[in-house]
Amino acid sequence: MPSRIESIEVAAIKADEFAKRQGLGDDFVSAIDLAIRESVANAVKHGNKFADEKTVDLTLARTDEGFEITVRDYGTGFAVDTVADPRDPENLLKANGRGILFMRSFMDVVEWTNHADGGTIVRMIKRQ
Amino acid sequence: MADITISERQAGDVTILDLVGKVTIGEGSVALRSAIRRLLGEGKKKILLNLAGVGYIDSSGIGELVSSFTAVNKEGGTLKLLKLTQKIQDLLAITKLLTVFDVFDDEGEALSSFN
Repeated sequence: MPSRIESIEVAAIKADEFAKRQGLGDDFVSAIDLAIRESVANAVKHGNKFADEKTVDLTLARTDEGFEITVRDYGTGFAVDTVADPRDPENLLKANGRGILFMRSFMDVVEWTNHADGGTIVRMIKRQ
Repeated sequence: MADITISERQAGDVTILDLVGKVTIGEGSVALRSAIRRLLGEGKKKILLNLAGVGYIDSSGIGELVSSFTAVNKEGGTLKLLKLTQKIQDLLAITKLLTVFDVFDDEGEALSSFN
């Protein structure tokens, strides 16, 4: 997918269709929807920084562990430990920084790895 | 079709914005920001955001609610929230923002609270 805001909706629609084909319930689909939107938004905005030549790669899979989503960008990498907790009193009134909290709140596994060839992969699992 | 429609009503000195649609990264967040800036520019500083028609909000939209709140406060005004959907309420709880916003289910009660 291209590094554009429109890709967020495209990814969400694909995930919604995939999840519904699997017969997953509304709450489950809603959690996946939110995680997909936040992770693709991060990839477009913070990872690829809207660069035309960079893409966002999305994979969806039903595994023994649950519903697995991976989102890859081609940016300069990311260290999740450097992200401040938006719930801390000093961060409560900041405009940004809540996407990762949402992903962690609605998915059972969320982990980031920096790809050897560059970019970041976020892998998320929602267990059934 | 636009992501969001924002209609304005006046109840005494309180301006009510009825939001219908999605408050998400891009158009929805920008529309809310523009509406708040316009109201502040017109000297309207008591603002009630009716979120009953907001079917979807993401972290960017939540961030825009916070920015709106701080922008209005900075001008000496007050911004309150009306009729949160369960989903928005959940997201505000997760982010601890329910401790920041004044939230109402009843419009009359919300309007009275401004005075």
